[in-house]
Amino acid sequence: MTDAANPPEGTNPLTPVLTRRWLSPRSWTLHTYEQLEGYSALRTALSAHPDQLIELVKAAGLRGRGGAGFPAGVKWGFMPKEPSKPHYLVINADEGEPGTCKDVPLMMADPHSLIEGCVIAAYAMRAHHCMIYVRGEALHCVRRLHQAVREAYESGYLGRDILGSGFDLDVVVHAGAGAYICGEETALLDSLEGKRGQPRLKPPFPAQAGLYACPTTVNNVETIASVPYVVNGGSDWFRTMGREKSPGPKIYSLSGHVENPGQYEAPLGTTLRELLELAGGMKDGVPLKFWTPGGSSTPLLTADHLDVPLDFEGATEAGTMLGTTALMIFNETVSVPWAVMKWTQFYEHESCGKCTPCREGCFWLAQVLERMVDGRGTEEDIDTLLDVCDNILGRSFCALGDGAVSPITSGIKYFRDEFLALCERNRSTETADTALVGAAR
Amino acid sequence: MTEQFDVTTTEHVIVPGERAAYTAVFDEKVRADAREVIDRYPDPRSALLPLLHLVQSVQGHVTNEGIEFCAEQLALATAEVSAVATFYTMYKRNPCGQHLVSVCTNTLCAAMGGDEVYKRLGDHLGVGHEETAGTPGEQGSITLEHAECLAACDLAPVLQINYEYYDNQDSTTALELVRALQRGEKPPPTRGAPLTDFRDVERQLAGFFDGPGAEAAENASAAAPETVRGARVADEHGWTAPAMPDHAELPPRPDDK
Repeated sequence: MTDAANPPEGTNPLTPVLTRRWLSPRSWTLHTYEQLEGYSALRTALSAHPDQLIELVKAAGLRGRGGAGFPAGVKWGFMPKEPSKPHYLVINADEGEPGTCKDVPLMMADPHSLIEGCVIAAYAMRAHHCMIYVRGEALHCVRRLHQAVREAYESGYLGRDILGSGFDLDVVVHAGAGAYICGEETALLDSLEGKRGQPRLKPPFPAQAGLYACPTTVNNVETIASVPYVVNGGSDWFRTMGREKSPGPKIYSLSGHVENPGQYEAPLGTTLRELLELAGGMKDGVPLKFWTPGGSSTPLLTADHLDVPLDFEGATEAGTMLGTTALMIFNETVSVPWAVMKWTQFYEHESCGKCTPCREGCFWLAQVLERMVDGRGTEEDIDTLLDVCDNILGRSFCALGDGAVSPITSGIKYFRDEFLALCERNRSTETADTALVGAAR
Repeated sequence: MTEQFDVTTTEHVIVPGERAAYTAVFDEKVRADAREVIDRYPDPRSALLPLLHLVQSVQGHVTNEGIEFCAEQLALATAEVSAVATFYTMYKRNPCGQHLVSVCTNTLCAAMGGDEVYKRLGDHLGVGHEETAGTPGEQGSITLEHAECLAACDLAPVLQINYEYYDNQDSTTALELVRALQRGEKPPPTRGAPLTDFRDVERQLAGFFDGPGAEAAENASAAAPETVRGARVADEHGWTAPAMPDHAELPPRPDDK
C-alpha cells in the first residue's frame, strides 16, 4: 500500500485491496490482521462523529457490491439520526447467485476485515446489534466468522465500550438453511426472524421498518469489508481506482472455460479482454461464445462485448447489469439453449412461491425449455418463452423474477438461430449430432 | 423450494406416549443448548433456523418430534415450524446418511463436468436426488443430492460432503471419494476442516463448535490456488493499489459546519 514506485498517471491492472492479505500465512487470524494494519481504521472511526463516516462513504462513492450497486453512503443516510427504536445492521453473506464466488473466499481468508467494517458501519448508523447472515452451505465461512467474532470480543473490538469509546456492539453469526431467495434483502430479514424467506413489499424500506420492524440496513459482505480501507485511505484515494460513477476496486470472479480461473481484484471498469489476459486467455484456446458479467441474473454477453467497461454504467450501456462481477465464461462447445434451460431450472427451484408471475412463470419456462432442448420444440415456443418472460419481468414481487428472464431474453436475442436449430432438428427427427453439451439429451 | 413433501405439513398432534418419546430424544443437554441459541437473539423466534439445525444434529433429519421440540421452545404452533422446515433445502424430511454428498449441477459446474459427476455417483450408489444408499445414520451411508450453485465456480466442478468443499472434481475423483466414504474413511476436503459427519456439521451450523476436530477446523487453511490467483499475479508483477495518504481527511464534523 505504500509502494511509492507506482506510476502516478494510472493504476495497475490489478489493485489488491480486499485481497491483499490473502497471501499472508494464517491470514484469517486476528494476529495477522493486526500486523497488517487491521483495526486501525476502527480507531479513526470511533473518534469521529457518526455522520462524518456516512459523508465519507458517500464522498467515496462506494456502491453496493451485492449486485444492485446502490450507493452505500446514501443507504446509511436513510437510517434515523436520533434512534427511537433499536437499529440493526445486517450483513448479507448469503452468496448464491450462480457464478458468484467472491464473498465465500473473502470470509474464509480475511474475516476480520468484514468484522471491522461491521463495527464502523454500525457506529455510523447508531446500531448496537449486527447480524451476519451466512449461507448455510458455506460452513467453513460460518466457522471462520465465529472464530473471528470470538477473537474480536476477547480483544475489545466487539462488546461493551469498544476501545474505550463508549460504543457497544454485539455481532451474531447466523447460518441460513439453503434458499437462494434469502439473498433478497427483505426475504433475508424474514428468514432472520425465523420465518419462510419470502420478500416483503417495499415501502416500507428496511431503513424505516426492517428487522423486528426496526430501522435496519442490509449490506453485502464485500461492501462492508471495503469500509475500513475507505476510512484509512479517504475518499480521494478510493476514487483513484475505477471510474467516476463506479469508483474503487472490485473482486472479479472468473470461472468456466478460462486457463486460470480465480479471483482477480481490479479497478471497476476493467474489461473482460483485460481480465482474460490476466487469466491466461481462453482454456485450450477454444474461442469464447458467451459470458455473464455478474451472475446468471444479468443478461448474457458475447465475444462482441470484450471491451465493455465492467462497471455499473458500462454494463447498463451494453444492455446488461454489473451484478456481482461473476464472470462465467463459456466457449463454443456449450449450447446456449441448454445453458439457459439449466439456469431456468434453477430459478424454478428457487422461486419462493409468493407471487404468481414468478412461481408459475418459471415453472412453465422450464417446461418449454426442457422440451426444446429435448428436441421436441417448435418455433412457436420461442414466442411463448418471450411472452411469458414479458409477463414476469417487472410484474414479479421481487428481483428474482426479473433475474429469471435475463438468460432467456438475452439468449434468444444473441443466439436465436441456436433455438431455431433445435426446432429444425425436431422436424427432420435427426438426433445424431451431439456436438453441443446437453443439446441432444 | 416449491416441491411438495410427502410428509404432511398440517398440525401434528402429540399423544401422551409420543411426548415421552421426544423428551427422551431431546434431553436436558439439548434443551440447554436450545436455550443458549435462543439467548443469542433479541427475539426468540430468530432462533428457529439454528434450532432446526440443532434438531438435525440430534436426529439426522427434521422429525415430527423435532418440530414439536422447536415449537415448544419458541411457543409457536407446530404448523408454523413445519412451514419453515419445509421451505429450506438444508432441512431434510427423510433420514439422512452419515454423509451428505451434494453435487453442484448448476450451469457452469454442469458444463465443466458436474452433470457427469452426479450421474456417475447416482449410478454407483443406485440412488437419485435426496435418496440414501445404505441404512441412514449408519457408517458409510450416503445421501446424494444435486445442489444449486455452491459459490465455488472458479473451482468447478465442485461437490460438497457435509458442506465441506471438494474442488475441481471429475467423475473419477468423485467416485473415488464416495467409495472412500463407503469404506468408512474420511477423505480430507480441498478447503476447510477435516471431514466429520452430517450430524456434527449440523451442530456447527447451530453455532456449536465443541465437536471433534474443532481445533483443526480453526487452523484449516481455505485458500485454494484459484482463490489467490489474482493476488499472486499482482504480487509477481509488483502491482499494488495506489498508495494511501499518511493521514486521510474525514469530511468535517457536522457541528463544525
